[in-house]
Amino acid sequence: MFPNMDHKELPRALQHIMERGRSTTVQAMPRRSFLKLAGTLGLAVGIFPDLAVAQSSEADAAAASLKPTEQPSAFVHIAPNGEVTVTINRLEFGQGVQTALPMILAEELDADWNLVRSQLGTNDIAYVDPLFGMHLTGGSNTIKNSFTQYRELGARVRAMLLAAAATRWNVEASTLRTEAGAVLASDGRKLGYGELAEAAMALPVPQKIALKDPKYFRIIGQPTRRLDAQAKSSGQQSFGIDFKLPGQLTAVVARPPVFGAKIATLDDSAARAVKGVKAVLRVPLDRGAEGVAVVADGYWQASQGRDALKVEWDTSAVEKVDSERQLAHYREMATRPGPRQFDSDMVPLETAPLKLEAEFVFPYLAHAAMEPLNCTVRLADDRAEIWMGSQSAGPDAAAAAAALGLKTEQVVLNVQMSGGGFGRRFSSTSDTVVEACEIAKAARSAGLNAPIRTLWSREDDMRGGYYRPMHLHHARIGFDKKGKVLAWDHSIVGQSILTGTVFEQFMVKNGIDAATTEGMRAPYPLPMRLTVHHPKDNVPVLWWRSVGSTHTAYVMETLLDDIARATDQDPVAYRMQLFGDQHIRHRDALQLAVDKSGYGKTQLSEGRAWGVAVHESFSSVVAYVVEASVADGQPRPGFTAIWPSTL
Amino acid sequence: MISLNINGREHEVDVDPETPILWVLRDTLGMSGTKFGCGAALCGACTVHLDGEAIRSCSTPVSAVESGKITTIEKTTDGTDRVGAAVHAAWVRHDVAQCGYCQSGQIMSATALLASLSPGAQPTAEEIDSAMAGNICRCGTYARIRAAIADAASTLV
Ligand code: FES
Ligand code: FES
Repeated sequence: MFPNMDHKELPRALQHIMERGRSTTVQAMPRRSFLKLAGTLGLAVGIFPDLAVAQSSEADAAAASLKPTEQPSAFVHIAPNGEVTVTINRLEFGQGVQTALPMILAEELDADWNLVRSQLGTNDIAYVDPLFGMHLTGGSNTIKNSFTQYRELGARVRAMLLAAAATRWNVEASTLRTEAGAVLASDGRKLGYGELAEAAMALPVPQKIALKDPKYFRIIGQPTRRLDAQAKSSGQQSFGIDFKLPGQLTAVVARPPVFGAKIATLDDSAARAVKGVKAVLRVPLDRGAEGVAVVADGYWQASQGRDALKVEWDTSAVEKVDSERQLAHYREMATRPGPRQFDSDMVPLETAPLKLEAEFVFPYLAHAAMEPLNCTVRLADDRAEIWMGSQSAGPDAAAAAAALGLKTEQVVLNVQMSGGGFGRRFSSTSDTVVEACEIAKAARSAGLNAPIRTLWSREDDMRGGYYRPMHLHHARIGFDKKGKVLAWDHSIVGQSILTGTVFEQFMVKNGIDAATTEGMRAPYPLPMRLTVHHPKDNVPVLWWRSVGSTHTAYVMETLLDDIARATDQDPVAYRMQLFGDQHIRHRDALQLAVDKSGYGKTQLSEGRAWGVAVHESFSSVVAYVVEASVADGQPRPGFTAIWPSTL
Repeated sequence: MISLNINGREHEVDVDPETPILWVLRDTLGMSGTKFGCGAALCGACTVHLDGEAIRSCSTPVSAVESGKITTIEKTTDGTDRVGAAVHAAWVRHDVAQCGYCQSGQIMSATALLASLSPGAQPTAEEIDSAMAGNICRCGTYARIRAAIADAASTLV
C-alpha cells in the first residue's frame, strides 16, 4: 500500500526542506492553525506540518502546549444522550480502522461501547499521522502509530470528565471512578458522560495522564463487530461516490490513449447535443496531458456525451510503450551490471555443484478498487470544499489549492468512506483531486456554477494510470547437495515508484528504490548479489498494496521451493533450517499454518499438492499452507483449502 | 416519461429509454444503495431484483423493465422481507463486510437464491457458488459470504 518506511528517518532527511520553509518563527500552535502555517511556508511544510510543530515547540518549550494530534476536541464528541463520536485520522476502506481506533480510545475513556460511533476526518492538521506528521493511511501504520495517541486522547477526556464531575459534586476527583460511560462517586452517585460532556470539554486539557495497565483492558483485544457492519449490510453506508449536493453535476473525462498526450482536434458538437450534457471542457490532465471533460446531469448522460466526442490525439511528443519491446529491453537490462542492493562475498557460480536459473515477469497491475475513483468539488471565489476517499488528505488538499490558485487554508477536504483503495487513493501527484479541481475550475470559468463530481469508469481506472510497475526478476543460484546456497546472483528490473516523490530522498539510495527490493533475501541467510535497474518508461507507477512484497515474496518463496526440490528436501523443513534460532516469528507462523493444515500428516488425494510460503511485510509475518489442485504438473487456479497464519 | 415500479412504489422518470436502471436509481431517484462497479455486467455490485430475479442493473435499460417490479437493497433489508431480513442479520452476525462496497450486490444475489428455494430447503455449496459466481469482492470476503448465506438459510427453516 505504501513503502515500508521508518518514520525515524524522516526528520533528518527533511531537515533541509524544513530549513527552506522556516523563514518565520513558528510559535507553538493552537489546533486548526496548520492551514495558516502551510499557507505561509508552502507545500513542503504543508505536507509535514507536524514536524514544524515539533521543532518549534522544542525551540519554545515555555509554550509547551499539546500538539494538534493530542487535542481531544478534534477527536471526541460526546452528545447529551451519551453517544461518543470518535473521529478517525485515517481513511477507512475496508481495513477496519474506523472500528479499531475508536476501540482504543473508548478503552481509556471507559466508554460504553454500545454508544460509540465513528466518523472520518478532514485535512485538518489534527489528523496527521502523529509520527510521520503527514496525513497518511498506508504502510500498515494506523494502529502501530496511533495506538498510544488514541489511548492518550481517551485518557485525557476521561480525566476531564472526572474533573467536571468533581466540580459538580464538590469532591476530590481522586475519590471518583468511571465505568461504561459514567462517572461514579463512592456514595453511589452517578453521572453519565453525556451529562458532563459540555462542562468537561470546556476544561483545560491535562498535559500528563496515566494510561491503564493493559491487564485491565476490556475492549482492546476483544473480538468486536465493525461499527459499520449494519450500514454496510443494508445499502445505507454512504461512500464517496454516493455523496451528493443539491444541483450536483457529474463529469467524466476522455483521456488520451497514451499517457501525457494532447488534443490535436476536437469536435464536440454531437456531445453537446446529448440530452443532459451541460458543458464540454478541455482540461489539463496528469503528466502534462490534455483531456476532454463532459459535464452532465448524471453519469449516464456524461458518458453518452463522452462517447459522442470526436477527438484526435497528438501523441507525437510522448513515448509509446510497447509491451514486447519493453520486455526485451528489461531482459537485456537484467544482464547488465548496475547498482547493488546486496553484494555478498560468494563463490563463482560455475563452481557450485548444483545450479538453477529462473526468470519471473510480473505485469503492470491496476489497483482496481471496487468503488471507482471519484471526487466532488464545490468551488466559490475564495474557497473550495472537496469530498473524496483520500489516503492523504493534507497533500491532496495542498495539491488542490495549488491547482485552484487558492491558499491551502481555503480548501477543506472531507475524507469519505471508500470501497477499497490499495494505495491508489494516495498518488504522489494527487492526480484524482487535481483533475477534479481542474474540471470544477474550467466549468466555473465557463459559467457553470455547480458542485461537480468527477467519476472514473472502470475502463478509466484500468487505462487511466497508476499501476504496480511491471517487474522482471532474473536469478542464477548455485548450491550444494544439502541445499546450502553458495551463490545467488539476482537482478530486478522495474520502474522506481518513489523517484520524483517526496519520499525519494530517503527511500531511494544509490539509485535503488527501497520499494522495489523490500522482501528480498530477508530473513534467509543467503549469500546474495542483488542488482537493480530502474528503467524509465512512460507509464505512471505507484505503490500497490504490499508494494515490493507483491513480487519479491513470490520470487523468494518459489526459488526456495525449487532448491528444496532439487535437493530432495521437505520445503517446510528446509525453511525451518534456514530460519534457525534467529527468526522465531517466521518459525512460529509457519509451524502454526502447518499444524492447522495437517501438512506432512494428511495424505492428499491424487491430483492435489501442498504449497507453503512465509513472508514478512510491514512488520507482520505471514505463513500459508495451501492445498492446490494440480493438473499436468501445474497448479490450477484457485486453492482447495488455505491455512493462513499471521504473527 | 417512463413508469417504473421500484420497491412497490410507482415512479415516473423522464430519461432516455436506453438509460440503465442503475443510473435511474442512483442519479435520478437518489437511491444510492445500489452500487456502480464496472457498468458492464462483470462485477455484480449493481445487482437488483426484477420480479424476484437477480439482474445487473448497470446493463439493463429502463425500457426493458417497465412492466416488471424492481426491488433494491433498500427494500430487501428494511425488515419487511423475511428472506432479506435473515440475510441482513447473517451478514451482520458474520461481520462479512470489509470495505462493504460490493455487499449490496452480494446480498441481492444471496436473497434471490434463498427466495428461489422451496420452503425449508438448504442451498448446497454448489448452488451457493453458482448463484454468487457473478459477484466480485475485491476485499476477498467470499468465505464469510458463503458462511453467512448458509447460516441465513438455516434460520429460514
Ligand atoms: S456495475 Fe453492474 S455488474 Fe458491475
Ligand atoms: S467488501 Fe470490499 S469489495 Fe467486497
